[in-house]
Amino acid sequence: MWAYFLGRLAIAVPTLFIVTIIVFGLQHLLPGDPALALLGEDRSPEAYEEVRRQYNLDKPVPVQYALWLGNALTGDLGASLRTKKPVTELILEKLPVTIQLALMSMTIALLIGIPTGILSAVKKDSLWDYAANVLGLSGQSVPTFWLGIMLILLFSVRWGLLPASGYVSPFESPLENLQAMIMPAFVLGAALAAVMMRHTRGAMLSVLRSDYVRTARAKGLNERRVVLRHALRNALIPIITLGALQLGQLLSGAVLTEQVFTIPGFGKLIVDAVFNRDYAVVQGVVLVTATAYIGLNLMADMAYFLVNPRLRG
Amino acid sequence: MRTRISLMVGAALLTLTTAAAAQTHLRIGLAEDPDLLDPHQARTFVGRLVFTALCDKLVDIDADLKIVPRLATEWKFAEDGKAITMKLRQGVKFHDGEKFDAAAAKYNLERALTLPESRRKSEVAAIASVDVVDDYTIRMNLKTPSSPLLAQLTDRAGMMVSPKAAKEMGAGLAKNPVCSGPFKFVERVQNDRIVLERFADYWNKGQVHFDKVTFLPIPDATVRLANLQSGQLDLLERLLPTDIAAVKADKRLMLNPVVGLGYASFSINVGQTERAKTPLGQDKRVREAVELAIDRNIINQVVFNGEFTVGNQPVAPNNPFYAKTRPVPKRDVAKAKELLKAAGVSNLAFEMNVPNDTQQQQVAQVIQGMLAEAGITMKIVSMEFATVLQNQTKRNYQASLVGWSGRPDPDGNMHIFLKHGAPLNETDYNNPEVGKLLDAARETYDVAKRQALYTKAAELYLDDRPIVYLYHQKWLFVHSAKLAGFKPLPDAMIRLEGVKLQ
Repeated sequence: MWAYFLGRLAIAVPTLFIVTIIVFGLQHLLPGDPALALLGEDRSPEAYEEVRRQYNLDKPVPVQYALWLGNALTGDLGASLRTKKPVTELILEKLPVTIQLALMSMTIALLIGIPTGILSAVKKDSLWDYAANVLGLSGQSVPTFWLGIMLILLFSVRWGLLPASGYVSPFESPLENLQAMIMPAFVLGAALAAVMMRHTRGAMLSVLRSDYVRTARAKGLNERRVVLRHALRNALIPIITLGALQLGQLLSGAVLTEQVFTIPGFGKLIVDAVFNRDYAVVQGVVLVTATAYIGLNLMADMAYFLVNPRLRG
Repeated sequence: MRTRISLMVGAALLTLTTAAAAQTHLRIGLAEDPDLLDPHQARTFVGRLVFTALCDKLVDIDADLKIVPRLATEWKFAEDGKAITMKLRQGVKFHDGEKFDAAAAKYNLERALTLPESRRKSEVAAIASVDVVDDYTIRMNLKTPSSPLLAQLTDRAGMMVSPKAAKEMGAGLAKNPVCSGPFKFVERVQNDRIVLERFADYWNKGQVHFDKVTFLPIPDATVRLANLQSGQLDLLERLLPTDIAAVKADKRLMLNPVVGLGYASFSINVGQTERAKTPLGQDKRVREAVELAIDRNIINQVVFNGEFTVGNQPVAPNNPFYAKTRPVPKRDVAKAKELLKAAGVSNLAFEMNVPNDTQQQQVAQVIQGMLAEAGITMKIVSMEFATVLQNQTKRNYQASLVGWSGRPDPDGNMHIFLKHGAPLNETDYNNPEVGKLLDAARETYDVAKRQALYTKAAELYLDDRPIVYLYHQKWLFVHSAKLAGFKPLPDAMIRLEGVKLQ
């Protein structure tokens, strides 16, 4: 197991390196000049040349990349073109927000998705199953921004129970933090719960049909034990993979949800950065999210070992 | 369980109401996150909204765009127009306790001129040098007479930062701005909030009625409004015109619009580059036909609920420098067709670059529809704003739907776009006579003479049509009905003196 783990870790480094090259290259393929995006109305040719010089934008792309990489290796990810704030500082500021949102959404998704998935698989073709399917389908098909705005109109404008948007640090006020995060977490969680539910149902159905489950039942084990201990464990493998991928996605920022609820997380950061052609920020954020993705996949691989004894051999 | 939920809800409500009861906290919703918080380095329109609370400036405008005193109490021009002497207000302090005086004012104007990161250079380019006459008097020596200069000093170029802080921090001042305005900087979390608190030593502190001001960037207009409706904001800027009816129907809210200084227009590539070589770019009759095919009122009605002001010049019809000899032309499709015929053009087709935001797209679609009725095919090429700009600077466009946020002095809406070789003349429009008239108006202080010069210039460039002006945006501010004393001015800056929550 450790050899396997180290092997995967060894692949992670070149993967990250390639990701940064691809992102750097793609950004420069985008139309729209960062110096112009920065200057906007003040785009006189003089100011333009000066900004290009100041930010090394006049150098060839490979040289710009080498400069970035050299600094990145020493932990310096550069500074935002737009606000001059160091990218590492920006990331450290936004990452906890996004992690909190991701974990809350994931918790909501798991709490709703897995029980309903199991229920609808066990009670296949029953009213439960249909209800869960309808719920799941609507969760998947309702656009998150629409659900978000509807929740804001109901809970904030009409009932005045929750703040319409914004973010409060949990260290400032844990209650206000929860009030601010519950709606966006629910919106994201609901969509994920739907996916989770459908995958759990599918995985459970195929496992419940397998020989060993029939054997377990034939041995006279009670149904609860068959479902939760024998079937669910095996069914969990694809769900762990899915969960890890989704968590990775959540960590790269829930763009629309963060936009609607004005949550200052990764999603907003990266979208603003792309629109402003703020290369250093895009590059830094991608580096962090790619690392998170790779890390989560590694963790998912480890989790397989824990739930499936056969892999441990 | 149920009782626990209602307890939690009750507690939540309680915290909300106690927060509102303090009432010395003003919360302002912005449409974007500002860029650098240093008046000399800042670039964005939205940043200006924050600066007025933070940084005081030498002079200001009033509702009629007249220049009024702020940190400069009086001023006078030299006989030959090549110097301005300003008396400065006494007893003014910066947020770090430093004294504001002639030396500080000189330092600031020189910083605007020479800081490598300064974006104000072109705005104060007329200044050759600044002399300290006495402790509270400065003299700006000018390269040429410059009537727009004072108006520039009503904006970021005239904002004063603490010389001590600026010398210590250099360009880093943007992270921790130190000015002399009614509120001082507390903290900023990018994309989330900018927090200011009352400055106890402000020279006009009797007019300041808030302990704390928070600016919250909330890009989604619907969500911004929802925050105001649910009481998490007291004031917001840039309401969607389509939400006007809802705001008017809500007694807790008040719409407070003001006609802006800018304009919306489309530029036409009329130069000698590759993409200018089309009937549209080379024949002014064709451009006239395009203009005649457009009904500006329809654009205003369809896209902006009739709330904006239609116009055909770089300044709005209510501006003192509007050329009255050239009123907004009426739509005339028959004449448009005649003109095209006279120009020998049939099946005119051209491309318009349009930024991909909803309103601009709608404006372009309405124009497209109206042009089609005159037999003109306009293809909408949607792209991001940054790409629209890039195509303009590279002259890679036929027509381009853009606008200008506007400046208080008419020079700021005309000279840089219409004089050949000027920094933002991206149409490559070249009429030497227009350039001469605009130069002359720039160097004339007499208002009547300037009006005459601008009218003459307008008669030329409105005939040549390198830019077709469409309408003037209104800045749609909305605030809680409890907020009193807020009077938005055409430059859209949020002035908080005299404003209070009742």
